[in-house]
Amino acid sequence: MLKISNLQVKLEDEDKQILKGVDLTIEPGRVHAIMGPNGSGKSTLSYVLSGRDGYEVTGGSATLDGVDLLAMEPEERAAAGLFLAFQYPVEIPGVGNMTFLRTALNAQRKARGQEEMSAGDFLKLVREKAKALKIDADMMKRPVNVGFSGGEKKRNEILQMAILEPKMCILDETDSGLDVDAMKLVSDGVNALRDAGRGFLVITHYQRLLDHIAPDVVHIMADGRIVKTGGPELALEVEKNGYADILAEVM
Amino acid sequence: MLATKQFLPLDRPRGGWSEAARADAEARLAAMGLPGKRDEYWRYTDPTSLTTAAPQAAALFDASDEAPHFDAIDRVKLVFVDGVFAPDLSDDPAVAGVELLSAGTAGWAADIYGVLEARGQNPVPRPLAALNTAAATEGVLIHVTGRTAKPVNLIYLHKSETSDAILHHCIKLAPGAELTLLENGPAAARFNKVLEVDLAEGARFHHIRAQGRDHERRAVTHVFARLAADALFKSFTLTANGVLTRNEAVIELVGDDAVAHVAGAAVGDGDFHHDDTVFVTHAGQRCESRQVFKKVLKRGAVGVFQGKILVKPGAQKTDGYQISQSLLLDDDSQFLAKPELEIYADDVKCSHGSTSGAIDETALYYLRSRGVPLRQAQGLLVLAFLAEAITEIEDEAIAEDIRVRLESWLARHDN
Repeated sequence: MLKISNLQVKLEDEDKQILKGVDLTIEPGRVHAIMGPNGSGKSTLSYVLSGRDGYEVTGGSATLDGVDLLAMEPEERAAAGLFLAFQYPVEIPGVGNMTFLRTALNAQRKARGQEEMSAGDFLKLVREKAKALKIDADMMKRPVNVGFSGGEKKRNEILQMAILEPKMCILDETDSGLDVDAMKLVSDGVNALRDAGRGFLVITHYQRLLDHIAPDVVHIMADGRIVKTGGPELALEVEKNGYADILAEVM
Repeated sequence: MLATKQFLPLDRPRGGWSEAARADAEARLAAMGLPGKRDEYWRYTDPTSLTTAAPQAAALFDASDEAPHFDAIDRVKLVFVDGVFAPDLSDDPAVAGVELLSAGTAGWAADIYGVLEARGQNPVPRPLAALNTAAATEGVLIHVTGRTAKPVNLIYLHKSETSDAILHHCIKLAPGAELTLLENGPAAARFNKVLEVDLAEGARFHHIRAQGRDHERRAVTHVFARLAADALFKSFTLTANGVLTRNEAVIELVGDDAVAHVAGAAVGDGDFHHDDTVFVTHAGQRCESRQVFKKVLKRGAVGVFQGKILVKPGAQKTDGYQISQSLLLDDDSQFLAKPELEIYADDVKCSHGSTSGAIDETALYYLRSRGVPLRQAQGLLVLAFLAEAITEIEDEAIAEDIRVRLESWLARHDN
């Protein structure tokens, strides 16, 4: 489904290469995790895939179901089924959370040639999904992420994911800033979305999240490359020994 | 020499109940002269095209592609075409208790006509308002003693490309009375309007105005308001386009515990110059005033804000707030702000802020990453920026009319 080949990316404004040839293929129904030390390029990978400004692709490719992701605008990538749960969800004063969600859903439906969802159906959908994530009506009325706690922001990301039903979900350090209960809630939300047609890329620093969202494949990223790939046991190894041993072994 | 020769040979109406007020205004105008670029309060806005005798042509604008303003609101409609009252297009003014200035009978209006305007000439001269008082031949006189059942909607149509219109309205609210006044339309190629509002104890006045999408019109408007104790004054203006708009609000909080809010949302594209000039005087104690002005500018549009809060000696516990912000959608647009506070009481709370900036790129990316196309995302963020001004409208149905309209304008305008 998601196929990344030899992806090389530098910062647009400075001559700094961040990704130095990333190769990664995610099949439908599979959960891949990427771990790695700070500055290894994990977040950059998620931003580049979702189309954030400020990066220049200097080589390689990334496709979703065979379609060139990198040639698309961010909104086209979303309509094609890509979703990034942000590490730092953005506050948008003045735009109601409900309006935001409905606008996003209907924009995606329109882009796919589907009919817009009626207000009634939408309300029903939101209520059902919000309840599972313990998001109350008040949070839906407030402006997007404004005045939300760290945990509320992350739950709001998962709510968006549940409503937009993307094919390929990227979670960028969704566990950061979460307490144990919130992590459970968020993980349950993610697990509820796992199915045979959907792929996940979970970026995290800690094994802890992977206790809740069990990955099929674990990658270690360092210095702009994926340096090691293995099963869930690889995450346990990192948790136990840190990155030093693995990095020493491969570099 | 009478400076007004530059505008028109001041062929003002003579006689009638307003004669003394008009003669006074003519004398005031002669003493002040017309505004020029060197005047302190006209530094950012060139008044030449407002004062020149030469007609200023403005192409007629066809707005038939959208629903008429305030269409869903049950209201009394009074229509003026190029500044002339059009009875056949209007509801019966008498039903709403409205008299026309041209009918010339309203005795009570003598206490207001030109009186509030004259009070508002100090310390800042407003010659175009004096000109209006002297020369206006039409307008409405509304005296409300209870709660008006329906809002009164003044609709200003523009049918002649070179028209000049002068309208002067007087509104008096008795103690506890309430009125909602709606205004919309360009009125003329060049429009000079004065609105005088006198609010007795506990009166509540709501004013919502939409200045339309007309590209070439020019307008100079003044609202002069005087508030007795516990009175409420709320005014909101939506402006889109117009080569030159100068909206002045001069508000005097005379009684204690009065509340005055003035707000504006303006969207300017290209050859657009929009100036909000506000002067709020706190004389009573424990009064609250808010000025909330937001402008979205692009392709060379210019926005101006000159806002002042004057707190007089003894006006203790004043709560004054002022914010003016612009969203510049490109590098060609300009926002000029001059906030002023002048405070002569020691137990007051006054704050002001002014910002101008570009659209938040991170928010834009976030919206797009959820599938919202660029234009639509920009529109959402622009609306969000203007939201604080629109929330100043208390009536939810009217606020929704403004919001929906703005949304459709933004969708149309995007490039």
